[in-house]
Amino acid sequence: MPKVLMDGNSAIGEAAIRAGCQCYFGYPITPQNELIEYMATHLSRRKGCVFVQAESELAAINMVYGASVVGARAMTSSSSPGISLKQEGISYLAACELPAVIVNMSRGGPGLGSIAAAQSDYFQATRGGGHGDYRTIVLAPSSVQELADLTIRAFDLADKYKIPVIILGDGVLGQMMEPVEFKQEAPAVLPVREGSLRGAKGRPSKIIKTFTSNPAELEEINWSLFRRYGLIKKQETTFETFMIDDAKLVVVAFGIAARIAKGAIRNVRAEGLKVGLLRPITLWPFPDEAVKEVVKNVNHFLVFEMNMGQMLEDVQLSLEGKGEVSFYGRPGGVIPTPSEVSRVISRLYYQKGLK
Amino acid sequence: MNNPPENDQLSIAKYLRQDRLPHIWCAACGIGPALNCFLRAIDKSGLNPDKMSVVSGIGCSGRVAGYVKLDSFHTTHGRAIPFATGLRLANPELKAVVFSGDGDLVAIGGNHLIHAARRNIDMTVICINNFNYGMTGGQVGPTAPYDVRTSTTPYGNFESAFNLPLLLFASGASYIARWTVVHLHQLENTIVEALLKPGFSFVEVISPCPAVYGRMNKEPDGLDSLKNYVKRSIIKNGADPRETEITQNGPIVVGKFVDIIRPTLQENLAKVAAKAKKPSTK
Ligand code: SF4
Repeated sequence: MPKVLMDGNSAIGEAAIRAGCQCYFGYPITPQNELIEYMATHLSRRKGCVFVQAESELAAINMVYGASVVGARAMTSSSSPGISLKQEGISYLAACELPAVIVNMSRGGPGLGSIAAAQSDYFQATRGGGHGDYRTIVLAPSSVQELADLTIRAFDLADKYKIPVIILGDGVLGQMMEPVEFKQEAPAVLPVREGSLRGAKGRPSKIIKTFTSNPAELEEINWSLFRRYGLIKKQETTFETFMIDDAKLVVVAFGIAARIAKGAIRNVRAEGLKVGLLRPITLWPFPDEAVKEVVKNVNHFLVFEMNMGQMLEDVQLSLEGKGEVSFYGRPGGVIPTPSEVSRVISRLYYQKGLK
Repeated sequence: MNNPPENDQLSIAKYLRQDRLPHIWCAACGIGPALNCFLRAIDKSGLNPDKMSVVSGIGCSGRVAGYVKLDSFHTTHGRAIPFATGLRLANPELKAVVFSGDGDLVAIGGNHLIHAARRNIDMTVICINNFNYGMTGGQVGPTAPYDVRTSTTPYGNFESAFNLPLLLFASGASYIARWTVVHLHQLENTIVEALLKPGFSFVEVISPCPAVYGRMNKEPDGLDSLKNYVKRSIIKNGADPRETEITQNGPIVVGKFVDIIRPTLQENLAKVAAKAKKPSTK
């Protein structure tokens, strides 16, 4: 299929349809409205598919919960304050070991915050987000093409591991337009997850619940969740490296910040500074092994995020005290330019005597 | 942009945070005239503005909290009513007015709306009903008539609308009225009554959103909507709320539909407090 020019939100919608998404439930919030509107126009047209605008984010996530129980590929999307509302439902999905795809086109916070792009939901996304001991897979795209690709991957991962998957984007990614190529056609027959509830004919009835009065039983449920999480960590951790081979300083950044960092690195490379980038694509599981690998050859790290230092903690944990970590962050929806970040990089480079 | 002068003749100027003007509303939006009526009604009601709290949720109508020079609260989406409930119960001296839109009050906040009416808490809710989420680009609202176009019903709305007076009547509100923004006098007087009414009072204001809803429904100019309201409105005070449903092109029944006396939550709470104080007879 030839490339088409699309905004990030619509690209997610198209990719979801091609991934066999059967149900989408959403609620308006900027900056992800193009996605709900895309689904209203395009998912509604597809045989057997359902688009409904819910009465609230809480309603939307619980509609997803219900659709997932019966085996449909289901999705919802929102932005930061709306994602906070969905956390209760995400916790229940995690407890029931049900797949779902949840898109967070995050914006500045706390509170209603702003509608500008920010990365301040890293903690919420990577630590489960709601109550209880659980994790969700978190994918962090940094281009419209990757939004499309990771949306398809999100549905596959969700089904494979029976787990909610978060796509953590931001207002810039959601609304900017870029050429994008969709590598697969929508399935002719909608996928239905094996083992899902499709009627009790020929089997005893089942009960889906998340309450267990016996702590020992609940402990075993938690153990089994975390055994699966261990497997996910081993098999699905992904990251990208950029100009890292001869680097003396490595920038660690995700999502749109990584995109900005790449521009900055190109600038400082032109001045002869040996700087590279490590970009986690799965934020959970975090690529800690990759960080451990880099520190074997590189002593200096600069974590750059559009928040006050959230992924920073994962980098520090991965380093286990090795290496030196600096941080540069812009919170609140301020989007730094590549030249601003290159100034930060070169100052650090000279301060640390790397030149 | 023209800010109103400091010592404007308008009686409402004193109720506006002029440093925050100009407002964000689009030209010919209905929220401004409705706010105007509300501010005039404050004066007419004789209530002490220093004791008045204005609570809004999120959305174009939710911006009202930012513009009024009264104690005002721009709260969480859908939660203006529970916020106002807490405020009102914690400080009974304050008058609480919730000013917000149909999406905020009736979709995400719908549960709170019906429960506040059931409790008959002493509070006034002014609901701007423009049938869509204007601020986010015109998605379908919970009051949008069947078959209208919005950005999330590109093939026509496939759901039915809430008939708000009927919903509120069934839930137990003491006072229910509806006007459009062409009925400015009636609206102003109704808000005065609502403010003075003990218990839960609900005023629905049918309001144009030319920028998005209008554009998608052949009323791209605010004036088109106003003419349409004039044509379609039927004033019927005391109308049976079952007959006040709004359809795509049908009549818009306006007027005061319900004005009853029921014990308010505050009165009932006082009774319970008195009961609780009495020594047990056992
Ligand atoms: S979008 Fe609609 S409701 Fe919002 S200010 Fe503009 S006209 Fe008014």
